Amino acid sequence: MFKIVHREEMAEGTVVLNEIEAPLIAKKAKPGQFVILKANEEGERIPLTMAETNPEKGTITIIYMVVGKSTALFKELKVGEGFQDVIGPLGKPTHLEKVGKVVCVGGGTGVAVLHPITRGLKDIGNDVTCIIGARNKGLLILEEQMKNASHDLRVCTDDGSYGHHGFVTDVLKDVLDSEDVKLVVAIGPVPMMKAVSQITKERNVETLVSLNPIMVDGTGMCGGCRVTVGNETKFACVDGPEFDGHQVDYDELMLRLRAYHEEERKCHNDYCTIRDAK
Amino acid sequence: MAETAEKAKKQERVAMPEQEPKVRARNFLEVPTGYTVKMAQDEASRCLQCKKPACVEGCPVGVDIPGFIEKITEGDFTGAIRNLWSKNALPAVCGRVCPQESQCEGRCIVGRKGQPVAIGNLERFCADYERENGTGELPPKAASTGKKVAVVGSGPSGLTVAGDLIIKGHDVTVFEAFHKPGGVLVYGIPEFRLPKAIVAQEVNFLERQGVNIQCNAVVGRTVSLDELFEEGYDAIYIGVGAGLPRFMNIPGENLVGILSANEYLTRANLMKAYEYPKVDTPIPLGKNVVVLGAGNVAMDSARTAMRLGAESVKIVYRRSRDEMPARQAEIHHAEEEGIELFLLTNPTKYLGNEQGRLTGMECLQMELGEPDDSGRRRPVPVKGSEFTIDCDLCIVAVGSGANPLLTSTTPDMTLNKWGNVVADPKTGKTTKKGVWAGGDIVTGAATVILAMGAGRDAANSMHDYLTLGW
Ligand SMILES: Cc1cc2nc3c(=O)[nH]c(=O)nc-3n(C[C@H](O)[C@H](O)[C@H](O)COP(=O)(O)OP(=O)(O)OC[C@H]3O[C@@H](n4cnc5c(N)ncnc54)[C@H](O)[C@@H]3O)c2cc1C
Ligand SMILES: Cc1cc2nc3c(=O)[nH]c(=O)nc-3n(C[C@H](O)[C@H](O)[C@H](O)COP(=O)(O)OP(=O)(O)OC[C@H]3O[C@@H](n4cnc5c(N)ncnc54)[C@H](O)[C@@H]3O)c2cc1C
Ligand code: SF4
Ligand code: SF4
Ligand code: FES
Repeated sequence: MFKIVHREEMAEGTVVLNEIEAPLIAKKAKPGQFVILKANEEGERIPLTMAETNPEKGTITIIYMVVGKSTALFKELKVGEGFQDVIGPLGKPTHLEKVGKVVCVGGGTGVAVLHPITRGLKDIGNDVTCIIGARNKGLLILEEQMKNASHDLRVCTDDGSYGHHGFVTDVLKDVLDSEDVKLVVAIGPVPMMKAVSQITKERNVETLVSLNPIMVDGTGMCGGCRVTVGNETKFACVDGPEFDGHQVDYDELMLRLRAYHEEERKCHNDYCTIRDAK
Repeated sequence: MAETAEKAKKQERVAMPEQEPKVRARNFLEVPTGYTVKMAQDEASRCLQCKKPACVEGCPVGVDIPGFIEKITEGDFTGAIRNLWSKNALPAVCGRVCPQESQCEGRCIVGRKGQPVAIGNLERFCADYERENGTGELPPKAASTGKKVAVVGSGPSGLTVAGDLIIKGHDVTVFEAFHKPGGVLVYGIPEFRLPKAIVAQEVNFLERQGVNIQCNAVVGRTVSLDELFEEGYDAIYIGVGAGLPRFMNIPGENLVGILSANEYLTRANLMKAYEYPKVDTPIPLGKNVVVLGAGNVAMDSARTAMRLGAESVKIVYRRSRDEMPARQAEIHHAEEEGIELFLLTNPTKYLGNEQGRLTGMECLQMELGEPDDSGRRRPVPVKGSEFTIDCDLCIVAVGSGANPLLTSTTPDMTLNKWGNVVADPKTGKTTKKGVWAGGDIVTGAATVILAMGAGRDAANSMHDYLTLGW
């Protein structure tokens, strides 16, 4: 068992943080890599990015949004309990390079994935501006951490309850217009990554996105995670999860993410009904 | 001899009882239900106990076929299983999945005039009898050599190496990327053909002998080969299989509803998605299902789709029936279960709707032309023969290649142009010191028994290395 040693709820309980004992993975993991977790015997294999690793302590940290049955089940796990299986580190690490001015854009739990990458980019000497957004103030995560990981943090909320009133893309345009940005890293909901990539493509600014297709094995064995990048089929679990944002077919990704929508909604509803009845 | 030959010919091969096609086509229980003792002994009595048994030459690991069959006729089932084990570590598996018609049974002398002795069924009987009635006694183990061996991959090849080397006194750890050991035996071959409890018991047998099995260990990611050597392993065996799905590379392949057989079967078998929503992993349920390809993998996919409640299941294959690579028994079972064969048919394009979901595929009728490199007549398209097949689920089972995950992190090991590991065919030695390889990662997708045979050869060579030197 992979024991949970620390647990937090964020964003009004819609997002959960678990710090998990996984010494082998903690030793090897690099920013941008993910793990696959399975809670119990009947569980599904769920990919989540490592938001933090602590090789000395032998722990990894995941931060996930509760969206369906499996993440709802993860949320129930308490400190001292754990996951039956944790597999990783998987995927290619982010290619960190000193390029000058960098903008990191994060939305929703994408901010958690963005955090180690942002810090890595800052640590090797880039000038990093960070733009993070959420629907409202209560749903914002990791504000303090992102502030420390960057030189300049801008916050947006869709409803104006905090920071800039509007989308991360509005602020991004401002920054791109006023500074000589060399690289944009965008991680969040697919529509956000698509919008960011459209803006940066017009301005010809290199853009990195992290894709989250449905996965099974995470080792390039099933092809379930295939995405189209630059008209070529790629397996996100081994060729990614990060890709050139200008080349990604986001519309296809969105359709493929809905592949099991009906089954998942039913499974989740059944689970909540049973759980709440207890 | 002539007399007995007459007798064997007269006596019909004892058919193994099976679930009715209509019933089994909708459940996941094993199809053939096994011989009784009487049936096994009747069948065993058909063997002529040839002095120069042709059948043995047909078996890639040289099972002493007349020997174990004789033990069955004598009622010495313990003797029979011991005899089998001396050549074949997984008789319960091989008895069920070997392509006997092209191996042992294909050579059986009785088969020249009638039906060959049912060697596979008898092998299965012995293993099942031992499992249900045996003492579970462990084989004797040599004194510890103090040497550590790492086996990467827990398919039939890796399990064979582990079993052989633990008996020879080495300390063996198996590293498996998935959360369960067994390789294709657990994630690929379905429950109705190879019950997972059998594989679990074989693995448990190894664990009881002292083999340490570490799941969730993706070698190449969690740990590299060189790091294993640094950790003190003296020798490594690579048996990672052929885990890279091939697709057709025709337009529309990323529509929702098109899955590789690897994904479909992994969801169904390893993740038990056929029990969804009792388990959490979903599997797409097709009404009209098309399976591309005609090997064992295609048959397993088609029969799984039928069991998951499909209204129609079609196998689409560009060559003719004679070229279908699947075991005869599987093709026969599939047809009995209502699966249709669309032979000499080649898909050219997938069709989808606005939601990006598969709705059908465009195909071309083919005819057989001149023989190609493989000696099989090459299928060529018939002009103007386009037609569409409506379908909402398509499973692509057109073969698999070498997965580069491990090999790409081991630059000092030679690969062939397809990415398979180059290994000495006799010993399994690779070009990297202290590293052996065998099974599908060396030969490309092949069979369980060949993967096991390669494991046994490598285990012998590894033992020599560990006790004598490279
Ligand atoms: C490489 C990778 C890294 C990821 N990292 C994180 C992370 O750090 N934090 C985080 O909160 N999430 C992350 N995700 C997404 C996370 O895996 C999914 O949210 C999770 O699988 C949903 O499982 P569920 O059973 O709770 O929901 P389900 O019941 O499976 O699905 C609920 C809804 O989410 C959609 N969905 C299903 N699978 C995914 C998926 N893989 N990605 C997005 N939506 C999906 C479904 O279509 C459905 O509408 C990552 C995904 C990948 C592939
Ligand atoms: C659906 C299907 C049906 C089949 N039917 C038959 C049949 O009826 N008869 C027959 O004889 N053959 C059949 N075969 C073929 C047969 O199963 C294979 O030839 C055989 O399993 C190969 O054995 P192997 O040990 O080389 O590899 P595998 O069985 O593929 O096992 C390899 C193992 O290594 C693991 N692995 C991979 N990469 C890594 C890594 N980097 N680190 C750690 N572990 C790793 C994998 O997860 C897997 O568990 C079938 C195959 C399939 C897919
Ligand atoms: S191992 Fe396979 S080929 Fe050999 S005798 Fe048994 S069934 Fe036949
Ligand atoms: S060839 Fe047939 S009859 Fe002869 S020993 Fe083998 S199984 Fe028996
Ligand atoms: S998740 Fe199976 S190939 Fe990527």
